[in-house]
Amino acid sequence: MAKTNLSKAQRSFEKVNDIVQKYQAKESALIPILQEVQEEYRYLPEEILTYVATALDISPATVYGVATFYAQFSLDPKGKYVINVCDGTACHVRGSSPVLAAIKKKIILPQGKKTTEDLRFTVQTVSCLGACGLAPVVVINDKVYGNMTPEAIELILDQLLQREEEGVN
Amino acid sequence: MENIKSVYELTKLKDKLQAEFAKNKLRVLVCAGTGCVAGGSLDIYAEFKRLIEAKGLNVDCELDKEDNCQGEESHSGYQVKKSGCHGFCAQGPLVRIEPEDILYTHVKLSDVEEIVQETLIKGHIVERLIYQNPMTGEKFSQEHEIPFYKKQLRRALANCGNIDPESLEEYLVKDGYMGLANAIIKTPEEVINDILESGLRGRGGGGFPTGKKWQFTRIAEGKKKYIICNGDEGDPGAFMDRSVMEGDPHRVIEGMSIAAYAIGADEGYIYVRAEYPMAVKRLKIAIAEAEEAGLLGNNVLGTDFSFHLHIKEGAGAFVCGEETALIASIEGKRGMPRPKPPFPANKGLWNCPTVINNVETFANVPIILNKGADYFKSVGVPNSPGTKTFALTGQVANTGLIEVPMGTTLREIVFEIGGGIPGNRKYKAVQIGGPSGGCLTEDHLDIQLDFDSLKTVGAMIGSGGLVVMDEKTCIVEVARFFMNFTQNESCGKCVLCREGTKRMLEILERIVAGKGQSEDLDLLVELGQTIKDGSLCGLGKTAPNPVLTTLKYFRDEYLHHVENKICDAKVCPALKVYQIDPTKCKGCTRCARNCPAGAISGKVKEVHSIDVLKCIKCGACVKACAFDAIEEV
Repeated sequence: MAKTNLSKAQRSFEKVNDIVQKYQAKESALIPILQEVQEEYRYLPEEILTYVATALDISPATVYGVATFYAQFSLDPKGKYVINVCDGTACHVRGSSPVLAAIKKKIILPQGKKTTEDLRFTVQTVSCLGACGLAPVVVINDKVYGNMTPEAIELILDQLLQREEEGVN
Repeated sequence: MENIKSVYELTKLKDKLQAEFAKNKLRVLVCAGTGCVAGGSLDIYAEFKRLIEAKGLNVDCELDKEDNCQGEESHSGYQVKKSGCHGFCAQGPLVRIEPEDILYTHVKLSDVEEIVQETLIKGHIVERLIYQNPMTGEKFSQEHEIPFYKKQLRRALANCGNIDPESLEEYLVKDGYMGLANAIIKTPEEVINDILESGLRGRGGGGFPTGKKWQFTRIAEGKKKYIICNGDEGDPGAFMDRSVMEGDPHRVIEGMSIAAYAIGADEGYIYVRAEYPMAVKRLKIAIAEAEEAGLLGNNVLGTDFSFHLHIKEGAGAFVCGEETALIASIEGKRGMPRPKPPFPANKGLWNCPTVINNVETFANVPIILNKGADYFKSVGVPNSPGTKTFALTGQVANTGLIEVPMGTTLREIVFEIGGGIPGNRKYKAVQIGGPSGGCLTEDHLDIQLDFDSLKTVGAMIGSGGLVVMDEKTCIVEVARFFMNFTQNESCGKCVLCREGTKRMLEILERIVAGKGQSEDLDLLVELGQTIKDGSLCGLGKTAPNPVLTTLKYFRDEYLHHVENKICDAKVCPALKVYQIDPTKCKGCTRCARNCPAGAISGKVKEVHSIDVLKCIKCGACVKACAFDAIEEV
């Protein structure tokens, strides 16, 4: 990857500036601004939250309050692969818990965390993806896998891990 | 598309498009709803296009390019289109061929060639791809003959699965925007009267008369008024709104435009869940198309009515389905509800009079304006006219999206449309209305589903999620599941909701872990009632419902968990008991060697036994035993 002379923080703030400008620094646009920031950085770094607060002329506490209220926002970095296991009612009664257990057997998460140390995987449950006809459903980075079983998800993860290994080497 | 400057021009364009459309002999509709896309339907769509083109068939003559079509005899009009959700998600990916109405289910990429060769070119049906009733083995080649569809009445969903949601022309062919055209030549008061007359009630769960809501907002004082469409469909197990927004986005826009005209608003928001990226994409396309055609934006259809529409993506908070919380979220704040009154009709978005309606409510509006209030009222029951969509999921043979007249019985839905419970298992209950609703048992199978009759049994229609549970579902565990959900989603404003749901959850967790105490059940009821009484918004007011209704109808099951430490459905891991059948055990020691807790003892070639106190109920012994001697009791 080509590296510029700019420090990481400087590069970050340039992007944030563009996003804030796009919404004319309107206070009411705080949620879409945070959404775009998160899309860019995969999470909401604390210094950027403070920066956004200053740019919108609101208190950092307000920004922090919004960022922690909504489930979509994450203050911790997310992994390269975000695995969302649907635990909506339909998925739950059709056995999403064993599927989640199978994933957690393959991908070992640190105690109390949702992301692996090496930032490769994030494993989390979501309430409902609205694909109840395919229950139980697992979504890995926007790709939807329906009618999951512990065996099927293991196979998918094995393939993913294998591709990762090949890609790295 | 060219700008449409008057109602006359719109009607003329519609007639022209309908005539063009009628020329098309064959249409292939590939379902591109979230369910089918997950099954690979977009690749199937591409393959159809490629193959038809490769075989030299005249494909996809766009409707508006009249010059290309006219006078060409070779124009056979094969159309391959992506469509919105057909509703029969469990059978996906779905491909339908018109005009014969042939429905192919579970279509794979490798099947496309055969469909093109056999059906499109030769006109034969590919037998192995048509729907077969899993219970009776009966086969159906036509969509409308399949029992899942036969009992339905699709009005709000009429276009879902039948048109390309990314094409305004196709919506116009189906009389799209004619409701708006009819509204705009009336006075706003007349439009509100039509809605009042129709008896339409809010489809988001509350069931408040839509016409009244509009009337209050119309007469409320304020320079600026807003229309908001609530597409924050947060109930787990419900996806009706997603399907409408994905499958027929123009209908939502049309419904909102009519509402804007009626109350005198010039700006509106569609609030969509972040979990529905495809709905956002299709709505954005639809808004752009409608603006270009002069059906949205400044001077709609050449009149002085203007309406600007924006999309707001939610950020994942169930409580934002509550209207005042949703407004706070659009304003860029934490999505927390506030006390009502003042109602949004008087003080809504940025303190301006605001109408908030659900997606399905707006989807019904064009029908009323286009076909009249009497047509709308011709189905349903007197106090709840019209149709209702439901997401039928869980342990039922045909899962998917359905629409039936209000007042249809649960039995008809579960056993006729849904095709019953798979695997010859017994029906246990239906959870209706998601985490805010209640459960309906076998005794309720003949109850009519409408706003009022459900209230009498402590349930509610909610937004329309129907999750079917069979005898293998533990009702206590399901109650714990819902409580866990609402507890997580409680915004924390009201103490009773924030703390009370936590305590209820702790009690339920204790019960499923086999540590329930005899006073727990009474405590649950007391807590539940108090939370209902002391919470500000719908979330807290309804959060205890699943627990309270299951306690009412399945008290025995709770008692078994608490007193006998038995889970009747054998779901709760902590309450499992494993036993070795002495007649089958050969004393091979395999179970004892595999037991991680050292709970199994016995000598070689002698019958083994499990120490219940040491057993951690992992089931490793069951898997290890070669003689099926260990079973759960």
